[in-house]
Amino acid sequence: MSTAVSPQATPASSPSFFRQALRQKRFSFGFTVTVLVVLFAVLAPFVAPFGENETAGPPYSPDGTFGTDYLGQDVLSRLMHGGQSILLISVLGTALGMVLGILIGVVAAYAGGWWDEVIMRLNDVLLAFPQILLALVVLTALQNPSSWVIVVLVGASHAPRVSRLARGVALGIVSRDFVVAAEALGERRSRVILAEVLPNMTGPLLAEAGLRLTYSIGLVAALGFLGFAADPGAANWGQMMNENRLGLATQPWAVVAPVLMIAIFTIATNLMADGLAQAAQKGDS
Amino acid sequence: MTSTSGATSDATAPGAHVARTTTGLVIEGLGVTLTNRPGVDVVDDIDLVLRPGEVVGLVGESGSGKTTVGTSLLGYARAGAAISSGKVLLEDRDVLQLPWKQVRQLRGEEIAYVPQDPASALNPSIRIGKQIVELLALRGIGTAESRLQGARDGLAEVGLPNDDDFLARYAHQLSGGQVQRVALAMAFLPKPKVLVLDEPTTGLDVTTQKMVLDTMASLCRTHGVSALYVTHDLAVVANIADRVAVMYAGQIAELGPRDTIFANPAHPYTRALLDSIPHLSQARALTGIPGRTPSPGARPDGCRFHDRCAYAVDRCRQGVPELRTVATDHEVRCIRVEEIGSWDINRGTVPDADPSRRREVILSVDGLNVFYGRKQVVHDVSFDLARGEVVALVGESGSGKTTISRSVGGLHADWKGAVTFEGRELARSARKRSAEDRKRIQYIFQNPYLSLNPRLTVEQIIRRPMELFGLHQGSAATDRVLELMDQVALGSQMLRYQASRLSGGERQRVAIARALAAEPDVMICDEITSALDVSVQGSIVALLEGLREERGISMLFVTHNLALVRSIAARVEILQAGRVVEEGPVATVMDTPREDYTRTLLGNSPRID
Repeated sequence: MSTAVSPQATPASSPSFFRQALRQKRFSFGFTVTVLVVLFAVLAPFVAPFGENETAGPPYSPDGTFGTDYLGQDVLSRLMHGGQSILLISVLGTALGMVLGILIGVVAAYAGGWWDEVIMRLNDVLLAFPQILLALVVLTALQNPSSWVIVVLVGASHAPRVSRLARGVALGIVSRDFVVAAEALGERRSRVILAEVLPNMTGPLLAEAGLRLTYSIGLVAALGFLGFAADPGAANWGQMMNENRLGLATQPWAVVAPVLMIAIFTIATNLMADGLAQAAQKGDS
Repeated sequence: MTSTSGATSDATAPGAHVARTTTGLVIEGLGVTLTNRPGVDVVDDIDLVLRPGEVVGLVGESGSGKTTVGTSLLGYARAGAAISSGKVLLEDRDVLQLPWKQVRQLRGEEIAYVPQDPASALNPSIRIGKQIVELLALRGIGTAESRLQGARDGLAEVGLPNDDDFLARYAHQLSGGQVQRVALAMAFLPKPKVLVLDEPTTGLDVTTQKMVLDTMASLCRTHGVSALYVTHDLAVVANIADRVAVMYAGQIAELGPRDTIFANPAHPYTRALLDSIPHLSQARALTGIPGRTPSPGARPDGCRFHDRCAYAVDRCRQGVPELRTVATDHEVRCIRVEEIGSWDINRGTVPDADPSRRREVILSVDGLNVFYGRKQVVHDVSFDLARGEVVALVGESGSGKTTISRSVGGLHADWKGAVTFEGRELARSARKRSAEDRKRIQYIFQNPYLSLNPRLTVEQIIRRPMELFGLHQGSAATDRVLELMDQVALGSQMLRYQASRLSGGERQRVAIARALAAEPDVMICDEITSALDVSVQGSIVALLEGLREERGISMLFVTHNLALVRSIAARVEILQAGRVVEEGPVATVMDTPREDYTRTLLGNSPRID
């Protein structure tokens, strides 16, 4: 989402920004792998050898590329179908968490004084709860949670953590003279935040976004593993680990494959975010 | 002297320095090139001799390679650059050829370095006394018992207290000048033969600066230490150096005894530099040097100064001129030395501002008291500013001059008293003032590296006040931006540059253009030239003077540089600890100061006239 902030706030730098990032090995590699993983998940209905809930053979048999799972469904097909929801929920959840967190953090830093104290102390209270706890409580209470509920829960659990970082970065910027200069001219506060403060925060925020995405995937996978997926019958990388863990010794692929997918995707997105952050930093003095 | 004999002499007679005879340091044909662009030199063909007990000033603008030369004496080149040729001879040993272990030994012990910001060189979590003792232990000087006494002697030598209380302090508990003198003491304790000082007084008050400089000069002379003093400020050099080397674009342009350089500068660059320095005794029409210092790789062929030189002819564009001896000890890298005539330090002086001029007051400050929380930092300050007049607020750091200017500009709101603009009383903070008031009083910040948003383009920055105050829209605004850029001598190609690509002087011009875009009647200039090279300062002052005459803009000019005040201001307010101690027309205050404090300030200011 912070990529969404930078183009609108720095119109002058955006055309060359992406190309600048592409020149870095880590970004181009991360970007390529991310696109491949996304394609792998998105193209599932067209290229997967079997349907999502189609039986391909006996349970835990070695048929097909990765064998079959506990119900005899093809692991490769489940793997492809299981990507979409987890990727979408994680990305949206991260985006929501970043937007909320940045908003809270920057407003606290810019307002300063009493407001800053109140906002950040309330934030500290939220920080005391483990990230997954809130999600578990709400999901247990709801009968049939939709995917949107999970997105909101993931976002809400990120927001206090992001806001701490955003406040720290913003504190170093709001005291700079160009922000004071904008105030002396009488700029509206919202414009000071959007045009003066935020564009100078992109570097650290992009790096944070990459990290948060990793946590989101972990969180969504963990919820799936614990059986809180939106649709219990559907394929889901987290849920696949749970369903197939009893057969780990006979058919390890059913568990290892989703784990590998999560690992590859998080490494790739983090490389990409690092590359973006470096490219963003270059414009700074 | 080796470290072992140093230890014995220290143990027998702690603190008693013995004047030694060394042959000094000889630099021959030194060249530093960029590692990733072979053939591009940072500095080139440097020949310099540092005689024992002599202070040589190395002067140049930013980007001239002066710091590179300084660190080369210790066999060090910053990342991305490498010493590619030449010799640095210390007693027949070539520092650049010594094995790494010996270079480590040599640094600090025989050739010491005092950095620009010594506060960052001292460890903030170790007490001063312990740091000095550790240094002595590292260098193997003295015994465990004598080192504490050694530390006390070292501090005494630089004029600092050396009681237990002082030794137990941390670096943050000392003032800037004290920290700088601790750094000097630490540089002198191992009794080096050569000392490299990299602008050690930048950012210090004139009084502290003078104290540090005097300490340094007397130590060098008593101990026979050769010193290389790297600075951009010719006025500082005029007070301490025996000889002066002027650097431009990586080469020495002129080298000679101090008096020759100031009385009879032969290189057009040296003359241009001297023309940009204000005098204490008389107002001057300051001039800058057109263009910008070329960076490595972008330096012109032939004489490197020819594209900015007022005396350049076709011959200057062909062939690099050699450093020629024109008089005893006086070497110049210019082929037209004999043709460009003599020079007078007093050229460019103009009459002081006329104190009897009729004043039409536009802004008045009455009984201003400013607070930071419970602490009152400005006490009952009153002064006024007339249309088309420059009033200077002068004082050392902590005197409240910036606080006053920020309160008047509405950037600091915790104050009492009255600030009246054209008869209307102004609200305390900028946000509470009317758009009209905000438009007509503009503030320019000290540090142009902080006052421009690095993410915006020059056009966006200058355009913003016009849009905000509804002065111009669309393409009319762009035309106006170009007009303003032309006025502040910025090329139109910079329109779409991001602020982060500009040099310090260019940034400050953008900041001035931004202030002008609002079409103000009063500009508050907060030390706007203190972060800039002297030649850039000269051109900025010339620009402000032009604006004042053409548009009748009034300026509140905050500075610590009294010489600059003489050239730019009509009236001056001398501030001490938040109070005005003396005020009046510039010529009166500076020629016949009433207060001791004013006299001290004037006495400590570096001067070249």
